Amino acid sequence: MKLLRRRDLVCQQAVELVTDYLEGNLSPRGRRRFEAHLSGCPHCTEYLAQMRETIRLAGRVEPEDLTPQARDEIVDLYRRWRSEQSGPSGQE
Amino acid sequence: MHPDFELVSALRSGDERAFTVLVERYHEPMLALAVSFVPSRAVAEEVVQDTWLAALRGLGTFEGRSSLKTWLFRILVNRARSTGSKEQRSIPVADPEPSVDPSRFNGDGGWADPPEHWIEAAERRIVAGKLAGQVRVWIDDLPARQREVVLLRDVEGMSSEDVCTVLALTEGNQRVLLHRGRSRLRQLLENELREVR
Repeated sequence: MKLLRRRDLVCQQAVELVTDYLEGNLSPRGRRRFEAHLSGCPHCTEYLAQMRETIRLAGRVEPEDLTPQARDEIVDLYRRWRSEQSGPSGQE
Repeated sequence: MHPDFELVSALRSGDERAFTVLVERYHEPMLALAVSFVPSRAVAEEVVQDTWLAALRGLGTFEGRSSLKTWLFRILVNRARSTGSKEQRSIPVADPEPSVDPSRFNGDGGWADPPEHWIEAAERRIVAGKLAGQVRVWIDDLPARQREVVLLRDVEGMSSEDVCTVLALTEGNQRVLLHRGRSRLRQLLENELREVR
């Protein structure tokens, strides 16, 4: 069994660094340490791939469609605002 | 001219179509975010309506320092916060919350119960249109502050800088909330999709 050096990451620490890694927030040294761990750990490599997939899936969530009624209500707001703008004298 | 300024000038000159485009793009995302801050969907709808009106009235103050989208969401969050909070907003971000259940690691911190494979299953289900609705429900169920960050970053695709502006968060707290939200979602996906052994 490989002897664990003090500066080596363990899996439980690595999973806490995934977002810092993806956000580019690790120091160059921290990044090397994280990548060194990944290169020897298929489970954490899988974990990182899953976090990337999670982000991708969240990006596939579409907003619900606006109902025509809701849209009309907001467009009414716009018309009211326009008439406020024009003022009683009809000037902008 | 920057497209946002073009849009602003179209709005000011009474281009109703330009306004409709904006509403179709951002009304539902704003509603999804507003729900985080207020006690009910009905109140959230009022807050979003107020936001549209406040934005129109404040168009003259839009300086283009942030995008129109960020500016709009910032107005929304300010109004939603002042309308009334659903919960104490001051949950300390510093509270530890492990990304993975500690019981899945052995005493040395290595995986005892490693992540199960599910990416291919997720891809099949998302293509079949069966997963996005479920992911939306999971995001809606995240703790409010994580939810706000995940919605803006990962669903809306905003930059971390813009999310910090909209939610008045520090970069560090934004990252912690994002990490927790994404970690929870990953676990929910694993629970849902892992191959039956």
